Amino acid sequence: MKDYQAKVVSIFPVAKNIYYLLLESRELASVSNPGQFCNIKVSDSNYPFLRRPFSIADSFDDKVAFLFKVVGEGTLLLSKKKEGDLLSVLGPLGNSFFYNDDFEVGIILAGGLGIAPFYFLRRKFIEMKKSYLIFIGAKDNEMLVKYEFNEAIFATDLGDFGIKGTALDAFALYKEKLKDKKIKIFACGPNAMLQEIKKLSETLNVKAELSLEGPMACGFGICQGCAIKAADREGYYLICKDGPIFDSSKVII
Amino acid sequence: MIDTRVKIGNLTLQNPILLASGTVGYGNEISEFIDLSKIGAIITKSISLMPRIGNPPPRITETPSGMINAIGLANVGLEKFIKEKIPFLEKLSAPIICNIAASTYEEYETCVKELNSISSIKAFEINVSCPNVKEGGLEFGNNVNAVRKITEMTKNVSTKPIIIKLSPNVSRISELAKAAKEGGADAVSAINTIVAAAFDIYTRKPKIKNITGGLSGPAIKPIAVAKILEIHRNVDIPIIGIGGITSWQDAAELMIAGAKGVQIGSANFIDPEVSLRILDGLINYAKMQGFNKLEDITGSYILD
Repeated sequence: MKDYQAKVVSIFPVAKNIYYLLLESRELASVSNPGQFCNIKVSDSNYPFLRRPFSIADSFDDKVAFLFKVVGEGTLLLSKKKEGDLLSVLGPLGNSFFYNDDFEVGIILAGGLGIAPFYFLRRKFIEMKKSYLIFIGAKDNEMLVKYEFNEAIFATDLGDFGIKGTALDAFALYKEKLKDKKIKIFACGPNAMLQEIKKLSETLNVKAELSLEGPMACGFGICQGCAIKAADREGYYLICKDGPIFDSSKVII
Repeated sequence: MIDTRVKIGNLTLQNPILLASGTVGYGNEISEFIDLSKIGAIITKSISLMPRIGNPPPRITETPSGMINAIGLANVGLEKFIKEKIPFLEKLSAPIICNIAASTYEEYETCVKELNSISSIKAFEINVSCPNVKEGGLEFGNNVNAVRKITEMTKNVSTKPIIIKLSPNVSRISELAKAAKEGGADAVSAINTIVAAAFDIYTRKPKIKNITGGLSGPAIKPIAVAKILEIHRNVDIPIIGIGGITSWQDAAELMIAGAKGVQIGSANFIDPEVSLRILDGLINYAKMQGFNKLEDITGSYILD
């Protein structure tokens, strides 16, 4: 973990209000793992005051990518960065997905912007020759991130692209085909979706790793803002340090 | 050469830049970013007699040029602190000031008494003003008799300097500083966070679960300046200034208002390397202004 000065290589929209930001930093790229995140400074002044945490979307060669949605003033400022601008990027932070165990098919379940960390995880699956299936859901076609996910199975709440329903509904259609395979779920999305996946992992008796988010200031364990209730002991875990990736059995969402 | 040393009670720090309680944990994370041997002192996260799991989330929200937090003094408790955290703290080259939080007079006394024999702890900062816990906290911080009594009781069991961390959520902070001085305090820290709240206008729910929390960051700096000045003009006690410092200019301003040392707080979250830049900037500033030592900046205001 370090404060890197990374140069913007490109920044462009990939869905409504959702941007793909590609940065150059050989060192950051070389130490990043799928599931980790960075805390990015969006302003040179004290307003907005805090950095903005984003999953590392992808990392290859000397590049690190992020996917973000414009939801407020901080992300609006970030969306206005230009090629060549330097950004202060603190990272890589947190733990990462554990993808080395003996599952046969990796199941990626992404809701909305929850697709962010999975470019990088898919890259590892391909390198390791692991089978995988990607299910991406969004409210509608406009908000659905399809960029570089040709192989994914899509779902929209409105049904104007892919299956009508959620990423979980789409996955349900494949459950029968997968019943003899050892699967492991990797998920990121709204809390309601993650709660369902937590239940699903119990009923199917499969492991599920969830990528969580929460309001945080520092991103490296000192502000203690990003607490999440522990399911396997008393008290709280910190999303930034104990996570952001949690086995679904360990947390109460 | 500018003399950077500051004296607080019987403790001499190599420079006036301190890292504030709750913004550096127990030193381990921040040591990955900066060489702590260059820092005046680090102040640990508040320790209480028993462990505290802290408040339910959300615990933090951003506000204009600041943030509100209600962590709830989450900490490992005295026993685990001594067993697990002290060995690491002993390896750090920065002097350690241990921050103590409690719900009763006796709890403050017990914590200081137990920790007084640990040689790596150089001073105690007594938190009489946390706005985010149900018992203790502000109830003590608002009451001159309570502040005097806590100061006396902790001073009696400590051979090390006692620093009382004061709340700005009072009508006359100088009265509390006076009570701390009467109780025998070696210094006061000012200010702790300011009680604040924020709503999400769409859900109409508070943005933090505790409803209210403590405001910190650049937004509170002018309040810190006013409170430090009030203490400096009314009570003869060393002041450690804290509140919204993110640059050497901010540090200089709090020192001009009367602070002998300054604490860097929320800024550590955004830029964990900022404190050393503040120190360098402050030294340059002192040179530029023709001061021989950083302590000359303290209380150098000109009010006409």
